[in-house]
Amino acid sequence: MQALTNKAQAVSRKPMTFLERLYLINIIKGMMITFSHMFKKQPTIRYPEEKREFSPVFRGLHVLNRDEEGRERCTACGLCAVACPAEAITMEAAERVEGEENLYKEEKYAAKYEINMLRCIFCGLCEDACPKDAIYLSETFAPANFTRKGFIYGKSDLLIPNPKTEADAFAEAKGVEA
Amino acid sequence: MTILALDWGLIIEKLIMIAIVVFASLGIALYTTFGERKVAAILQDRPGPSRAGPFGLLQPLADGLKLIMKEEIIPNAANKWLFILGPGLAMTASLMTCAVIPWGSAIDVFGRHVELQIADVNIGILYVFAVVSMGVYGIMIGGWASNNKFSLMSALRAASQAISYELAMGLALIALLMTTGSLSLKNIVEQQVQGPWWNIVYQPLGFLIFFITAMAECNRTPFDLPEAENELNFGYHQEYSSMKLGFYLFAEYINMIMSSAIMASMYFGGYDLPFFNEASVAPNIAAMIGVGTLLIKIVLFIFLFMWIRWTIPRFRYDQLMGLGWKTLIPLALFNMLLTGAVILAKL
Repeated sequence: MQALTNKAQAVSRKPMTFLERLYLINIIKGMMITFSHMFKKQPTIRYPEEKREFSPVFRGLHVLNRDEEGRERCTACGLCAVACPAEAITMEAAERVEGEENLYKEEKYAAKYEINMLRCIFCGLCEDACPKDAIYLSETFAPANFTRKGFIYGKSDLLIPNPKTEADAFAEAKGVEA
Repeated sequence: MTILALDWGLIIEKLIMIAIVVFASLGIALYTTFGERKVAAILQDRPGPSRAGPFGLLQPLADGLKLIMKEEIIPNAANKWLFILGPGLAMTASLMTCAVIPWGSAIDVFGRHVELQIADVNIGILYVFAVVSMGVYGIMIGGWASNNKFSLMSALRAASQAISYELAMGLALIALLMTTGSLSLKNIVEQQVQGPWWNIVYQPLGFLIFFITAMAECNRTPFDLPEAENELNFGYHQEYSSMKLGFYLFAEYINMIMSSAIMASMYFGGYDLPFFNEASVAPNIAAMIGVGTLLIKIVLFIFLFMWIRWTIPRFRYDQLMGLGWKTLIPLALFNMLLTGAVILAKL
């Protein structure tokens, strides 16, 4: 059979010499290897205290965005739900009434907006699909929960804090600009 | 103070010493489990237990508490008495060894001359052998009483391993005893304190054989065939839970400490600190330095045990028997003959 690469090496079938059969030298060699590992840098990240830096394109939990005046951007067009390959997003639209102009940017808004985090595959297609820049994926990931219900995130979990009234919380939630 | 022609001071002194030695070895064993986990972790490039207390120092206490709080389970089909006797015997045998180990020279307390050894038996090493070979009964009885085929197989392995390696161990020791001419551990250590060299210089091959067999007697990797997690499913202590399991695990660590202490005493000068003149300080301080020296030697041996454990994989069963019968015993016999020849040539 012709070899595909020239990487193959013939196995040595030589009988072991007396020193090799003693194994002691090889055992000491092995022990030196393990000993040298005592001084190697540990790759461990001690999680709650230390956190691994995410890349700027990391796709974590979703955030429903607001504009500069603190109005919700989402118009409940449903493009994100259509784009979602995991069918994790559901929403119910409602019409903005008189006096709600400071709450919602456009005439139509999402009265209910739910993402099932157990279905979500964090692909970011909703972010791509959104024409209003209303949804994006942040750098936090879904925390553990005790029930399946707890993984269905409603508007209260997803909405970014209001930049007008809670500027600090907004800045924290927004994180670094990608 | 002499009542009934008994020296009560001696009894009290020995009782205190027994208590100190037993509790100290339990405490050291507790922290040896921690050391084992830390050494394993560091050799594998990870930090090891670090959550409980500073540097994870409270981890062994948490482990111990967990073991105590677990439910005691005695299987229905098990032989109840033997099932309980097993771990007790294992623990007793490993603790009994410490009776003849000389922990230091002598100190003077309240005008009493106290030897830092529980019992200076003139057949000390023979006693150690007798007790160590009793330790395997703990494993055998536990494994048999569990009424479980894996436990039974593990008990058989432990028994055959102990028999095979005790022979080589004894033969390696005979060569040492030929040079020292005494079976008392105290005498052997004192000879090394007074003499120019430690016994390791006269008996390097004997020490190597003794070390390998001691590792086998302690059922440590690479000789942990009785445990063999991946073939025997934890072996003889598979059916055990709670503190009975704890006793087995503890006995293993105490065995390790005791065999380290015996190796340090027999081959590495025991409580002898090299290049240090004991007469230059007060006898009490010298004795304390001696105890510290012995403890350091023990810790180094324990580290060596762990280091080997986390380097070498387990032997196959036929390799284990081959090493014991075909290599170590002839080698030990050769060592014996060589020592005899040298002694005769010197006469």
